[in-house]
Amino acid sequence: MINQDTTFLGYRRENGRVGVRNHVIVLPVDDISNAAAEAVANNIKGTMALPHPYGRLQFGADLELHFRTLIGTGSNPNVAAVVVIGIEPQWTQLIVDGIAKTGKPVQGFAIEHHGDHDTIFRASKAAREMVQWASEKQREVCPIGDLWVSTKCGESDTTSGCGANPTVGNAFDKLYGTGATLVFGETSELTGGEHLVAERCATPEVKERFMTFFNRYQDMINRHKTSDLSDSQPTKGNIAGGLTTIEEKALGNIQKIGKKCKVDGVLDKAETPDHAGLWFMDSSSAAAEMVTLCAASGYVVHFFPTGQGNVIGNPILPVIKICANPKTVRTMAEHIDVDTSGLLQREINMDGAGDKLLECMLRTANGRLTAAEALGHREFVLTRLYESA
Amino acid sequence: MIHFVVHEDGDSVGTVVVEGVQAGAALNGWVMEQDRVVEMRTVSDIPIGHKIALRDLEPGATVMKYGVDIGKVVAPIKAGEHLHVHNVKTKRW
Repeated sequence: MINQDTTFLGYRRENGRVGVRNHVIVLPVDDISNAAAEAVANNIKGTMALPHPYGRLQFGADLELHFRTLIGTGSNPNVAAVVVIGIEPQWTQLIVDGIAKTGKPVQGFAIEHHGDHDTIFRASKAAREMVQWASEKQREVCPIGDLWVSTKCGESDTTSGCGANPTVGNAFDKLYGTGATLVFGETSELTGGEHLVAERCATPEVKERFMTFFNRYQDMINRHKTSDLSDSQPTKGNIAGGLTTIEEKALGNIQKIGKKCKVDGVLDKAETPDHAGLWFMDSSSAAAEMVTLCAASGYVVHFFPTGQGNVIGNPILPVIKICANPKTVRTMAEHIDVDTSGLLQREINMDGAGDKLLECMLRTANGRLTAAEALGHREFVLTRLYESA
Repeated sequence: MIHFVVHEDGDSVGTVVVEGVQAGAALNGWVMEQDRVVEMRTVSDIPIGHKIALRDLEPGATVMKYGVDIGKVVAPIKAGEHLHVHNVKTKRW
């Protein structure tokens, strides 16, 4: 299906990175700038606001993560240009400066001492110029190695572990050899299979860094838990789908990294990888949080296997849904991009399922909208580390 | 028709992959890693995605799937019985 000569049609950005979408986004720095951002996106067709509930009185590592996530989102190559709106000029400028390092058009507007009306007026003029400029960008032929692909599963059930997740693993094994940049995460959802991930780490240093992140997350859970987490991890949906314990869920989860790929590096949340290969990113296992972090790290296509039928999307990262549960494929067909339920009846083999996903990936990269995009799923969910000051 | 799949030889459980499995039914299982077919009679109604015990398991025993420990038995389980949160718990957390 793919080799190093495989190509796709992407948008090559000023910094050399390649995107598969051409969004102009209006990015609020904080919760109280959402209204102005949404007004600008409503005024200027072809732009998209990314409202969220945070950005005030955060501090320390939590604030750094907030900034890293917003700057990363604006810097993602699926984004052509960015309007940033914040209440205060300093943090607004900080986000603008971070995104400007990519070389793409970005302008910031602070609401304080201007009010919403004047801000919306000025930001709308900038957004109109950006969207007309971006609409002339053309796709060009790009090597498969320029594609950054992330994965995270959701509403998993037992068919995830024997069908949808190993399909992603098969595709990852094939992409790994082409110079693509890949990522997986979900730190707590490796519990029971962490030794298997550790064995796959390329060097002792990578393994040590992975285990440091894994153990930190375990300590956090042990500090806050009030039960064995059987009310939340596995989720009610996981249990309804037949998953019994976190260990069983984790072993299914790990199928996504295939059989051949090595774990070449470890990222903190929303960090950007600096070389090709498979990365582990420390992250929540909640779908929208994890996918938002993948987008902020610079990934441009996402593989999302589901069993019971998670409906998630992301504003800037196309989310491809893979499902092997015949009941879910039948009852939630509008959400599923790749049906691999034939695997469980031996009608197709894993190699064929992986190729089917890679074909959908190339079509998606070339411009075909995913089910989540067509249905308008734009979940943009920022990870918080602790309370605001 | 494959009614349940088993990841590999030695696993304690299979996963039902069809809807409407009822107690007493004769089921065909596919052991994926070894690519062979096994037969099993269920003693419970088992929903799609849920697990069937492939052998008798006593409380305290370890349940194996993917060839790896997925938890401990907390109530006696007969071969062919529905195995889930009512008779198996995590060893973590």
